[in-house]
Amino acid sequence: MSVQSKSNNDTSPASVLIVQVWRGDEGGAFQTFEVPARANQTVLDVVTEIQRTQDETLSYRFACRVGMCGSCAMVVNERPRWTCRTRVDELESGPLKLEPLRNLPIVKDLTVDMEPFFNKWRDAHGYFEPGENPPEDFAIVEPSSPERQAADEGIECINCGVCYSACDVVTWNEDYLGPAALNRAWTLVNDVRDHGQDARLAAVTGDAGCHSCHSHMSCTEFCPKHLSPTFSIAGLKRATSNKLWRR
Amino acid sequence: MNPVLYLAQRGTAFILAFAVTVHLITIIYAVRGGLTAGDILARTHGNRAFLAFYLTFVVAAAIHAPIGLRAVLREWLRWRGRSLDLVMALFSLSLLVLGVRAAFAVFGA
Repeated sequence: MSVQSKSNNDTSPASVLIVQVWRGDEGGAFQTFEVPARANQTVLDVVTEIQRTQDETLSYRFACRVGMCGSCAMVVNERPRWTCRTRVDELESGPLKLEPLRNLPIVKDLTVDMEPFFNKWRDAHGYFEPGENPPEDFAIVEPSSPERQAADEGIECINCGVCYSACDVVTWNEDYLGPAALNRAWTLVNDVRDHGQDARLAAVTGDAGCHSCHSHMSCTEFCPKHLSPTFSIAGLKRATSNKLWRR
Repeated sequence: MNPVLYLAQRGTAFILAFAVTVHLITIIYAVRGGLTAGDILARTHGNRAFLAFYLTFVVAAAIHAPIGLRAVLREWLRWRGRSLDLVMALFSLSLLVLGVRAAFAVFGA
């Protein structure tokens, strides 16, 4: 992609990537860099090379570099992705376009403030509620039980924010809890040890909650862990509706 | 949107899917059959099945449309609060009154 004159497998300086990088905050603009194309180069490698060799003021976030932490998520060529797991030669042709995640305040350049994202996890009661009294014994949770299997399907989320960036409903309704927080709530709804279900189902109900989901499935399409927050949200819709009948 | 509105919108969507289909087929049949307005009114006049069908249609539409419009206005105009709910309640009432009035007018009561 975006290579001038030679293929990506050619590591000679003549092969150059044209990279447009968002600079500044909400009122910023794109700055164009030229980076040598290298074999097996990831988008994170490109950003790191710019920061280390061309402009040390470029701000971005990363940690593990191997798809474990989720902190390097950005919008690459209009799609939210983990930059460490996106190889440049897998992308479509044209300039490489790098932007910060959507739907979150930009701190600077490619770095966003994740606080609203995590606040919504809290607001959705995305934490285990053990109840007033400790259990007398270990809970027995059969791996084959429907609740455990439902929780398993959503439990691998690592909070990277890709789904939140991809969600149009968050863009339209800044109060909307978002796919990640609702997915987390659904895994806890299926945790038979949890004692906070009524409060949790109340928290995910309302104009900010699961019923505002349009089922566009962008979260499911873009999730790097191949989870399906859309189905988790559908589960919450069923659970809140069932709770209504049980009143 | 709370679960009551959500279920109301989904439930009325089922009714409308059926009612709109019947309505459209009826219109196409009547037009292609060459029926005049007088012919149609002669068939609907005093027809209780016709009245029941369209009253159900009107009630479902009066519930369904304002809930969807409320979501659209919240997302596109960022309209929030009780004023939105009040306007949507009035919109629902308007649909109901106009629809019931039309159904009874064609029924001939």
